[in-house]
Amino acid sequence: MLQTLAQKLLQRHTSDEITQDGQIVQCKVSMVLANDITGPLAIKSFYSMGATKVFDRTKIALVMDHFTPQKDIASANQVLISRKFAAEQQLTHYYEGGDAGVEHTLLPEQGLVGPLDLVVGADSHTCTYGGLGAFATGMGSTDVAAAMALGETWLKVPSTIRVEYQGEADRDLRAKDLILLLIGRIGVDGALYQALEFAGPVIDALEVEGRLTMANMAIEAGAKAGLFPVDAKTRAYCAEHGNPNAQADLRADPGCHYAQTVKIDVSGLEPQVSCPHLPANVRAVSELKDLPIQQVVIGSCTNGRISDLRDAAQILRGRKVSRGVRCIILPSTPTVWKQALKEGLLEIFMDAGCIVGPCTCGPCLGGHMGILGDGERAVATTNRNFKGRMGSLDSEVYLASPLVAAASAICGHIAGPKSL
Amino acid sequence: MIYQGKVHRVGEHIDTDAIIPARFLVTSDPQKLGEQCMAGLEPNWVKRVHPGDILVSGRNFGCGSSREHAPIAILGAGIPLVIGHSFARIFYRNAFNTGLPLLEIGDAVEQIKDGDSLKVDMAAGLIEDATQGIKLHFPPIPASMQAILDQGGLVGYVKARLSAQHG
Repeated sequence: MLQTLAQKLLQRHTSDEITQDGQIVQCKVSMVLANDITGPLAIKSFYSMGATKVFDRTKIALVMDHFTPQKDIASANQVLISRKFAAEQQLTHYYEGGDAGVEHTLLPEQGLVGPLDLVVGADSHTCTYGGLGAFATGMGSTDVAAAMALGETWLKVPSTIRVEYQGEADRDLRAKDLILLLIGRIGVDGALYQALEFAGPVIDALEVEGRLTMANMAIEAGAKAGLFPVDAKTRAYCAEHGNPNAQADLRADPGCHYAQTVKIDVSGLEPQVSCPHLPANVRAVSELKDLPIQQVVIGSCTNGRISDLRDAAQILRGRKVSRGVRCIILPSTPTVWKQALKEGLLEIFMDAGCIVGPCTCGPCLGGHMGILGDGERAVATTNRNFKGRMGSLDSEVYLASPLVAAASAICGHIAGPKSL
Repeated sequence: MIYQGKVHRVGEHIDTDAIIPARFLVTSDPQKLGEQCMAGLEPNWVKRVHPGDILVSGRNFGCGSSREHAPIAILGAGIPLVIGHSFARIFYRNAFNTGLPLLEIGDAVEQIKDGDSLKVDMAAGLIEDATQGIKLHFPPIPASMQAILDQGGLVGYVKARLSAQHG
């Protein structure tokens, strides 16, 4: 059978023979992930299941990133549960405090996930690792607890939507714009229960960090996974980050069956912005006029990597954040933070009047470190703009690339780099 | 199994931040989470719910984060069943895993209105809406999902499997 990326990847991890989409298969997992919010519930389920030992102490990652640094007594107490579990089970990948970063930036960067892996995580943005050619998907805490105990999980083989990006991209067009274009086109449930497979010359030319950004938001179209082929760029990234699968190769079979093919010509397109209160409400940045903002957030598992900070710095260099705007920059991991420091990016941000904060998910989910009050409006490089996501039910979040977020911070209203 | 209760109707693309906002995720206690059920949609939404009432939703209910706290909050609010046009996939797994059955009935969901009196017979695959005077049929819950529900959720299912391994 000619196979899609999803079929090929799942076949590597199951002893069942995959013959069609919709088939339910039992798969062995390469890595299991949970965070400070979902971990305690997974641990509770783990023990309720009568489990005593995890299936492999080197294949479980617990990352305390959502409310880090601990925002209050309750969230600090939640971390205690994960810390105790990690010690009891002698987990090799427990991250807290100065070791912790935003999970989906941290794991690829540390070489813990890579091509051909099957990763399940108690976080919906686990699909990020599809950028490296892994089958990675988010689940709830109890599913993850079962995977921690058994080293296996059941998965339904998804049908696949192939998305081809063609044309000449403008110099301000980024991975974030590419994925927002797709979500705007197919809607927040356009790929429900399905896998997305990215292809075309624009994708071939895209660097791995951009692929991670795109795969990250596959869930915003309802997808189970957002998959990229494995190529020389993936292999170079893996070699650089110490992933053992640095020799891997993976392509869909030409002529394999897709449920649908979506073609997007990027020629002449300008940066995109997702408007409240759904990621699918996507407009070109120049269509949005007279929308003053009070906050900008640059960071998160979508756009908090070094390439994102370089983009932001390119815009902010020698300029000032508009009065009345708090521009919060949160490098995603300690490694990214240190690299930004070395390159002088943090100095550029401070000179521009930004707030440079710790490596945390914080404001993305309305946790802490930048919450919106009644009637406030933000531009964020994050992934969700649901009502109340970043704070007050009367606030608004607009999603965009770091270039647009930084330009908006300077203008004091939503604006693209060309407005400067 | 038969469920009987008043309908609370919600719209399309109800996300998990609406079902249980992230700021309340500092506990996994069903009752505490239940007290904030749908607080991201409307503060104090849950006050209208009586135990046994049924939630009826539009397209793509439960989209967004993987938080299992969402089905737990619904159960904690005293709602034993959700009927929807369609459900987001992570939420779908989480609901069955935590013992909250979901019925996916597509466009037929439009016939059920807020405040209707509903009777749902799971074995017969029948929804009776006394207020509208209509009967809706639904296909049985998939066997793999029913197996998990029969064990009270995934915890019971894995427990049985682990004890078989060690037994």
